[in-house]
Amino acid sequence: MRIVSSWGRLNMDEHDVITINDSDKVAEIIGENGRSGLAYGMGRSYGDVCLNSGGRLWDMSGLDHFMEFDDDTGHLTCEAGVLLRDIQRLVIPRGWILPVTPGTQIVTVGGAIACDVHGKSHHIHGSFGNHVKRIKIIRTNGEIIDCGPNERSDWFAATVGGIGLTGIIVQAEIQLQRVVGPWLDAETIPYADLNEFFSLSDESGKNWENTVAWIDCLTGKGRGLFMRGNTANTEYRQKPKEYKLTMPFEPPISLVNGLSLRLFNMAYYNLNKMRAKRSIVYYETFFYPLDNILEWNRMYGARGFFQYQSVVPRNVGQDAVQAMLKEIENSGTGSFLAVLKTFGDRPSVGMMSFPRSGVTLALDFPNRRDRTHKLFSRIDDIVREAGGCIYLAKDACMPRDLFESGYPRLTEFLKYRDPGISSGLSRRLIGN
Amino acid sequence: MNGKKKIVIVGATSAIAEQCARLWVQSKPIALTLIARDTQKTGTIVTDLQIRSPQSNINIIYTDFLNPKKIKETVEKISASGKIDIALIAHGSLPEQSSCQDDLQTCWYALEVNGSSPALWAEAFAQHMEKNNHGTIALIGSVAGDRGRKSNYVYGAAKGLVARYAQGLQHRFAGTAVNIVLIKPGPTDTPMTANLKRQGAKLSPAEDVAKKIVNDINFGKKIVYTPRKWWLIMMVVRHLPSFIFNKMNI
Ligand SMILES: Cc1cc2nc3c(=O)[nH]c(=O)nc-3n(C[C@H](O)[C@H](O)[C@H](O)COP(=O)(O)OP(=O)(O)OC[C@H]3O[C@@H](n4cnc5c(N)ncnc54)[C@H](O)[C@@H]3O)c2cc1C
Ligand SMILES: NC(=O)c1ccc[n+]([C@@H]2O[C@H](COP(=O)([O-])OP(=O)(O)OC[C@H]3O[C@@H](n4cnc5c(N)ncnc54)[C@H](OP(=O)(O)O)[C@@H]3O)[C@@H](O)[C@H]2O)c1
Repeated sequence: MRIVSSWGRLNMDEHDVITINDSDKVAEIIGENGRSGLAYGMGRSYGDVCLNSGGRLWDMSGLDHFMEFDDDTGHLTCEAGVLLRDIQRLVIPRGWILPVTPGTQIVTVGGAIACDVHGKSHHIHGSFGNHVKRIKIIRTNGEIIDCGPNERSDWFAATVGGIGLTGIIVQAEIQLQRVVGPWLDAETIPYADLNEFFSLSDESGKNWENTVAWIDCLTGKGRGLFMRGNTANTEYRQKPKEYKLTMPFEPPISLVNGLSLRLFNMAYYNLNKMRAKRSIVYYETFFYPLDNILEWNRMYGARGFFQYQSVVPRNVGQDAVQAMLKEIENSGTGSFLAVLKTFGDRPSVGMMSFPRSGVTLALDFPNRRDRTHKLFSRIDDIVREAGGCIYLAKDACMPRDLFESGYPRLTEFLKYRDPGISSGLSRRLIGN
Repeated sequence: MNGKKKIVIVGATSAIAEQCARLWVQSKPIALTLIARDTQKTGTIVTDLQIRSPQSNINIIYTDFLNPKKIKETVEKISASGKIDIALIAHGSLPEQSSCQDDLQTCWYALEVNGSSPALWAEAFAQHMEKNNHGTIALIGSVAGDRGRKSNYVYGAAKGLVARYAQGLQHRFAGTAVNIVLIKPGPTDTPMTANLKRQGAKLSPAEDVAKKIVNDINFGKKIVYTPRKWWLIMMVVRHLPSFIFNKMNI
């Protein structure tokens, strides 16, 4: 048994970790009788969606082979443990790019499909599942299911966003998108309040392929920095030197506290306000700014941290976000990792997919037990009232009623569950 | 000659070797020969490498790793098509120490696979490289070869043989343009250690281990501990007085 935690490091429980590195052996390994299991990618989800305390985890990261790539059509087939980072590094020099990637590229294809991840391009390209053409699933009873948008599409819809509960994804076929090169023409614009945010967001929606905003969660007004970028056709430039920093130790208490946060937010906002600018940046710097700081999640100390990500419909979005910010301001907690983005209207393909038209707010919170839970329950009320929902890849404590109202296709989804698979999240929110 | 670097990997399905192969093909198109015993896995590996580097020439040879005649034939066949730049000898298997103690057949097999076989491959490549006065032979030994321990001395002894063989070859090729590299990985996350991993052992990612191997072969290092910290750890382990060492349960 070994200790495994998710990115939030809230729990440090033992798991029976079984490495999978031969796709021909998957059926045999997952079919082995005994305790239930769960696929594990890179553990970049935050709560308990990738955990199965006391039970088995099938570590998928060894299934990392490319299987087919067509330079002419941008069709890529690979095993499910391949990292998005490796896809980007392979295909960008050849004129293709993943149309959707999350804020870190250290995630597996399987994890990206199972959570139907979204990125800065949602308003144009939808979520990851919108670009998946086919997947191959193996179930614990040995059944193999090939499915896609037009082939056994019910299985496809259940598995995209299905948080690993329908079977093990072993391979996937992805449609990439043409790109001129690794550079982006990017702009950072300060905004003073949510009104300004929404008008910037609306204005940028059509002409900017990527948009996202950092928000200062402590001033209550919702000031922040709006960032947008388009891939740029620039001549050859030296790519930035690769550097890696490691968070060298785990502090006993969180380094993120009321004071450090206030100072950071003030400095960050004002510095960037002064430097507001347009510049050419490398795709890794633009899309995955935190990937160079290894194990930054340790800065929240031994108790770990939560990420709270909600989406609320656009028509009530401004009020709801404002109300949430007010609660957070009053609580004096929160983090500098606070992100605001408007999602577009492109429907997600998964029954349990999170992305939907509206505005999404994501914030990190150091784990201060009761205080944090009390705050969450107040924010939950706002999300509930707004008819919104919470992202399963980040969740560690949402109430069941909010889960059920936020994921209205739950009953339909449950028919596709694999009885040999179970996670901390499934036991907490579904009951088994 | 097409001017591509010619690299041969013995034991191509090894996870460490596969990561090395990825790094090599990704840095520049090469002519790569993979040597494996017959397995289905090789197809997946070659396809993957070919996608990573469409301009590389990759071919596979299946052979018996324990047969001196076959080893010689294989190396001759490869060298017939030109000078070899790098030969990485990577195969090995981690036996259950207790099974080796219980059954001499198992013990013998473990010594052969991990000891004699890599030595024979190295000898065969050495002959070819001596003729050309060119090339690098890299052998994967192990930190386990640095000092015998009750928990795995059969494997350790075979790896010790590899270390001594590499040392001898280094002496033989001193002052020539042939370089011999001995690689000693610490515990690494590969199929070989899947059981250790399940029991909770801390293992280094094969990708990191491979990065150092490729880099140090490039720089012509003689002995490579990977990850680097194992140099220090093994320095201590080698020098512990036996009255302390013998009390340790390792
Ligand atoms: C810094 C950072 C930024 C992030 N930004 C974003 C963002 O912008 N947008 C976003 O959507 N997410 C974001 N995330 C979350 C992350 O993208 C998702 O949680 C993703 O699913 C993690 O992938 P993983 O490979 O680490 O999977 P894990 O976290 O290991 O697993 C996640 C889920 O996928 C399942 N799974 C994994 N592999 C398979 C498989 N082969 N078959 C079946 N099920 C499988 C697991 O069972 C689990 O349910 C971010 C995370 C971090 C740490
Ligand atoms: N992993 C570690 O912790 C560690 C530590 C120190 C040293 N090493 C050494 O590193 C090298 C690479 O190992 P790895 O960790 O990458 O392990 P691996 O992925 O399990 O690879 C082992 C390789 O050895 C081959 N092999 C095993 N028995 C063989 C036999 N009888 N005949 C021919 N080939 C055989 C395997 O071929 P098949 O695929 O056909 O089985 C495979 O290619 C080995 O020399 C190992 O001893 C590993």
